[in-house]
Amino acid sequence: MPFVSPEIFAKQTLASIQDYSILSWRAVSNLFTRPRYMADIYTQMDYIGVGSMPIVVLTGFFTGCVLALQSATSLEAFGSVSLTGNLVALSMVKELGPVLTGLMVSGRNASGMASEIGSMKVTEQIDAMRALGTDPVRKLVTPRLYATIFMLFFLTIMSDACGIAGGALISIALLGLNGSSYFHNSYRALQYGDVVQGLAKPLFSGFIIATVGCYFGMNTKGGTQGVGKATTQAVVISSVFIIIVDLIVTRAMIGIFGR
Amino acid sequence: MTADLAQSGSATLQQEPDSQEPIVVVDDVSIIFDVKPVLQNISFTVQRGETRIILGPAGGGKSVLMKLVNGLLKPDTGSIHVFGHDVSTMPEVDLFKLRSRIGMVFQESALFDSLSVGDNVAYRLHEDRVSEEEVHSRVIEALQFVALENTIDKIPSELSGGMRRRVSIARAIITHPDLILYDSPTGGLDPITSTTIIDLVIKQRDVTQTTSLVITHRIQDAYLLARSRFNTQTEKVEQIPNNGIDDSTKFLVLNEGKVVFDGTTEELVHSNDPWLKEYLS
Repeated sequence: MPFVSPEIFAKQTLASIQDYSILSWRAVSNLFTRPRYMADIYTQMDYIGVGSMPIVVLTGFFTGCVLALQSATSLEAFGSVSLTGNLVALSMVKELGPVLTGLMVSGRNASGMASEIGSMKVTEQIDAMRALGTDPVRKLVTPRLYATIFMLFFLTIMSDACGIAGGALISIALLGLNGSSYFHNSYRALQYGDVVQGLAKPLFSGFIIATVGCYFGMNTKGGTQGVGKATTQAVVISSVFIIIVDLIVTRAMIGIFGR
Repeated sequence: MTADLAQSGSATLQQEPDSQEPIVVVDDVSIIFDVKPVLQNISFTVQRGETRIILGPAGGGKSVLMKLVNGLLKPDTGSIHVFGHDVSTMPEVDLFKLRSRIGMVFQESALFDSLSVGDNVAYRLHEDRVSEEEVHSRVIEALQFVALENTIDKIPSELSGGMRRRVSIARAIITHPDLILYDSPTGGLDPITSTTIIDLVIKQRDVTQTTSLVITHRIQDAYLLARSRFNTQTEKVEQIPNNGIDDSTKFLVLNEGKVVFDGTTEELVHSNDPWLKEYLS
């Protein structure tokens, strides 16, 4: 990787932030003006939402299982194994469900968006689209953005539910806890603020996944090697952004709800 | 079919308020990529019904010039007027509307690889919400023009390079544009396929009298365009008798981002410029 002067690096970084911001704003605002590509939104919902279901379900379920096993070991020292349900539910709904789902969907879809749009960019298909009178941001980015935000919200709920179910399986089958008591404790542990926190996070993650994936796709340069680079960057940067924004949202929610 | 295209082409031409006004006016245009000047002080005009051949060695800025004319790139200095509108300062939203009057054939075809040939050709009609019945008949009409009507359900990866280029021409002409931009339509093709593509460009030129810009680095293609015509009786391209030259075909020669020559075929052949003589030989 060639070294560049701090001045050039700063200028390039600022220009990238500017381009990213403009792309994001156009992607969001396009939905409020015609033409709208509703069929593309539904296609992307199917691809992103339904297509990501297996990995989200499996990840959520096994995370719940592991969480129950690990927490039971610690809780046993205090004689509180019965609180396993509380811990699994709170951890899954507030933190692990939204973050892990975001990361999984990022790995699958930010890379897919960057490579698909990037391939179109290097083969002049994006220019052809513009030459044919179609706004590529409206046609390619806006449907992916709204589809990701919408579907990630429901995927997170699914992941939370599977995680709690996984925890229940371990608690009942291996730890010998009462199933009814596990679910009762889980339900009782969750408060309004926890659920709001857990469901606010996927909205931000969905935005990050789609905008970062599409941004790197739209700015791909240099043929197939460039497509590979754009794909890698999209996954790395969207994953890091998801975790950083998770911290910010968590702090904000604690400030609002006090927990 | 050809009569239909001719009719629609002339219909759109009649909509122009001032038929004497040039279709394309490029005025003192320069563009730099990173630190390298790609085009320097380029000026030329293209009149209505004219076919302007942009000739020059590879890497001379021809494709960049084509993208500037279509508003896909913005010049650093100078202005470009297309149909009287300044595309160098026009917002992208307005450019989308203007581009409905411009057809473009890309160097590598740039077909949408996930769509069938039929959907590629119909792309702009679908965007305009044209009824499916009309879309189908117009797609067949455009594909018949390039003799590829049997490929309608294929996807671009199933076609040869020459066939892809012909589909790209069909996609460009389906809306009967007032200006067609051909970016190296014969680039990377064998001589026989190149002749087929040039024949289509000649056919389009002579049937509809559409204004066009044709980029090529093959001198033989340029001469073929200048010295041939489409015979509507025999439906074939033939050489103009008595070594005749098509009056509507003019040349612009670029080298290293600068205009080396701007004029008619006759002037080009008799030019005394040493570089031009060597290049043409």
